[in-house]
Amino acid sequence: MAFFRWRQRFSRRMSARETSDMRGGFRQRLWFAGLCMLIGFGALATRFYYLQIISHQKYQTQAENNRIAVLPIAPSRGTISDRNGTLLVQNYSAYTLEIAPAKIEDIETTLGKLNEIIEISPRDLRRFRRAMEETRFSETLPLRTKLTDEEVARFAVYKYRFPGVEIRARLYRQYPYQKTASHVLGYIGRINDQDIEKLRQRGDISNYRGTNHIGKTGIELSYETALHGTIGFEEVEVDALGRNVRTLSKIPPVVGDSLQLTIDLPLQRLAETVLGGMNGAVVAIVPATGEILAMASMPGFDPNLFVEGIDVSNWDRLNTSPDKPLLNRAIRGVYPPGSTIKPFLSLAALTSGKRTSKQAIDDPGYFEISGGAGGQKYRFRDDKIGGHGRVDMHKAIVESCDTYYYILANETDIDDTFRFLAQFGFGQKTDVDIDNESKGVLPSRAWKRERFSGSRYREEHRRWYLGDSISAGIGQGYNSFTPLQLAYATAILANQGKAYRPHLVKRIVDGGSGEIREIEPERVRELSFRKEHLDVIRDAMIDVNLKGTGARIFKDAPYTSAGKTGTAQVFSLRGERYQELKVKRHLRDHALFIVYAPVEKPEIAIAVLVENGGFGARAAAPVARKLLDYHFTGKQPKDGDALNNVIKDETGWDE
Amino acid sequence: MSLADKGILFWNRLTRHIDAPLMAIVLLILAIGCVTLFSAVAPETGRFWRQLKNIGLALVVMWVVANTPPQRIAQAAIPLYIIGLLLLIAVEFFGITVNGSQRWLSIAGFRFQPSELIKLAVPLMLAWYFQRFEGRIYWWNFLIAMALILLPTWLIKQQPDLGTALLVLASGCYVLYLARLPWKVIFLMIGTSLPLIWYFAHDYQKQRVFAFLDPAGDPLVSGYHTLQASIAIGSGGLYGKGWMNGTQTHLEFLPERHTDFIFAVYGEEFGFVGNVVLLLLYAALLLRALAIADHAPSLFSRLLAGAVALMLFTYTAINMGMVSGSLPVVGVPLPFISFGGTAILSLSICIGILMSIQTHKKFVSE
Repeated sequence: MAFFRWRQRFSRRMSARETSDMRGGFRQRLWFAGLCMLIGFGALATRFYYLQIISHQKYQTQAENNRIAVLPIAPSRGTISDRNGTLLVQNYSAYTLEIAPAKIEDIETTLGKLNEIIEISPRDLRRFRRAMEETRFSETLPLRTKLTDEEVARFAVYKYRFPGVEIRARLYRQYPYQKTASHVLGYIGRINDQDIEKLRQRGDISNYRGTNHIGKTGIELSYETALHGTIGFEEVEVDALGRNVRTLSKIPPVVGDSLQLTIDLPLQRLAETVLGGMNGAVVAIVPATGEILAMASMPGFDPNLFVEGIDVSNWDRLNTSPDKPLLNRAIRGVYPPGSTIKPFLSLAALTSGKRTSKQAIDDPGYFEISGGAGGQKYRFRDDKIGGHGRVDMHKAIVESCDTYYYILANETDIDDTFRFLAQFGFGQKTDVDIDNESKGVLPSRAWKRERFSGSRYREEHRRWYLGDSISAGIGQGYNSFTPLQLAYATAILANQGKAYRPHLVKRIVDGGSGEIREIEPERVRELSFRKEHLDVIRDAMIDVNLKGTGARIFKDAPYTSAGKTGTAQVFSLRGERYQELKVKRHLRDHALFIVYAPVEKPEIAIAVLVENGGFGARAAAPVARKLLDYHFTGKQPKDGDALNNVIKDETGWDE
Repeated sequence: MSLADKGILFWNRLTRHIDAPLMAIVLLILAIGCVTLFSAVAPETGRFWRQLKNIGLALVVMWVVANTPPQRIAQAAIPLYIIGLLLLIAVEFFGITVNGSQRWLSIAGFRFQPSELIKLAVPLMLAWYFQRFEGRIYWWNFLIAMALILLPTWLIKQQPDLGTALLVLASGCYVLYLARLPWKVIFLMIGTSLPLIWYFAHDYQKQRVFAFLDPAGDPLVSGYHTLQASIAIGSGGLYGKGWMNGTQTHLEFLPERHTDFIFAVYGEEFGFVGNVVLLLLYAALLLRALAIADHAPSLFSRLLAGAVALMLFTYTAINMGMVSGSLPVVGVPLPFISFGGTAILSLSICIGILMSIQTHKKFVSE
């Protein structure tokens, strides 16, 4: 009914309308429409005023941001050469296919289409995907590296189909000598989230925009800041598809500093060759400067594998091998010094007045102490059955008589020994210029207390026993040092107490100015010993190589040298006689040898460690001999001289 | 008769049914359009020349329409409306699908959108219908008129092309409004249709509305057009960056820059001053159209001229509002400026109709 009423009213109004009335009504509606138009246009004008006058600055900035892209230009990384200028680490240029994931909507489709033009191996894909997960930092990611000219040309034809994909000439890091000095040089790898965090803390993050790689170990890590260089920028105008239209301005990057190492490449290679198939380490130092001429750790690895991201199988092989090829044994491996500690202990005895050089003992072949409540006797054996007879200090060093040092240790407080040996850098970092150095252990009462402080241990574990002192007295027990520490201490001894910080970088060539900065020898400390004491030790060490344990190896050497052999027990034999070849190889003793030459004015100090090499005289001394021969005469060893062959000769060896 | 006399005679014959103010305004806007288009498509010029050809053709059509008396135009109402409907149905079956919508029809190699024709045919049909019942318009006349509007609207909505459907609906409703549909009914219609439209809207259409409400929310998808257009216009500032110097335009940040978003190109290169000048030109055009409607002698011509004026306003305001980020994105070209043959053609018919109404007055009223 309501509708009906409305209908009637509506009709009445409609039909009652006059023509003129209609016209007036139409005009009224027209006016109202005009008013609406006016309001509409007014609103638009207001909007324009807001956009173009009030917010102009904001939109101006946004338009500029749209238009101008500031592209980082990564600096090329500094090179590394040996002391003779031979390049050990270099860069070479090659084309890479790079993808900017942010600019691509569907990466999978793009990858599929790209594969039709340029072959992308599953390995490349895996690496690319991993890089995508790992880094949100870099703007472009490499998909395929080292493109051939033909591939570059083929892609150029289809480039328009792939926005966000481009080919760039990039510098690649190359280690031309592969495994040589791999632990010293280290390697670079792709920047990951941890690296980013470190860079952020260092406040260096902006310098790494555009950089994909960073030093991970060795010199590459410790000199990262110098090697990297300074980022450059290019201001370019880009269109909506990210294509560069033109360059507006450019700040070129500054090439990273190049490094010249103290390493002598031929000596380094020789050390690695001579160590051969054995695991071990060699460190050669110039005593007067602290320059490291060779630092070998075997086995090594090929740093080239790491540059573009190492693949899983290689990584597993390197990481799980029982030989631990990634471990830098020279600075990170710790070993008991064995008898190589004896010259230092002798000097301690002379300096403290506990012994004179002439004072002698009778060696029955063992030393007994009575310990414990029941008056129980412990017997410490000498290597030589029946003993060395009457032994003074000279003979004790030359023949490496243990009994002499058992007795000495019995009479010396361990903390005095600790204080004396600490001066030679034992048990402390040498502050060599690569990271991850081990401290090793130079035992003392305080050390033992600290070492066994946990709740798992009781007081009897923490207390220092006389037996501890006596083991330590022949370089066994808790003593454990790095080969570098041994070489360093030998160098200090050779240098008559003057200690120079061991280092690997000789000069830094500034990447920007070409200015050369020499790394000056840094004298860390100067120990004062009495000349006659030093002479006793030196004369004894000379005789080691002339008449003693090193004589057979150093026969007819055309230079004078002062050495000391050492054998470090891996396996505790509890009083049984050690029969080398009956023990499994990995339980065999470590062979050690320290030497410096020439005696008159020492040029080189060497420490050799051969893991499970057996007697130091037999396994470690030949390595040192060959290095010294080469160093002084340029003589290269013959093919058969690798350690594997030498060790097979089993007769007539004695410590 | 001298040659000069012949010339004058020919000129008079040529311009007899041309409304000078309207012509001048339209030519000015067209000129601005050409200049802007040249910049928008640079460095290519193909589309620019095609547009000039379209304009030439459109001016001829305009002249023809202007020289057609309103009575003859009224006679074309029913046939045009029916043809329009048939073509819309044909689109349903033989249409070409572009971007997921069937809007185009190809006849003898000539592609065009029937919905463009129906935008004109609906107000024409309604104006004719009310003219027939002049003086005694009953409520059921309005109901039939409503049906005449809703039938093509529904067909276009099915394509689906909600934007155009709404514009057709609007063109019809303008005639209803001008024919003095009571205000109460108008409010009732608006009140009921808005929720219905939202209910029938597709997801992508709703998406556009959301994008309009928050253009920065997802700059790479729906809001991208609006955002880049706002940046273009806003960065133009007071005087603009100068012709051919718009970075948003020439570095291709602006999408659809020669068609629906051409106003952003104009705003970027000619600034606030340019925008105001253009607004004033459109205002002058609308004012002239309203004046013609006001002085029109018959109900048919009054309604038609008024509806044309309102449609011109609608296109202009919706396009500018959309490009400047004040309205959601709907595919409406800017009259006389956006590239496109069909749009220019139907606009020139509109102008031709206005001119015809204005210049045939004395013949009718006498």
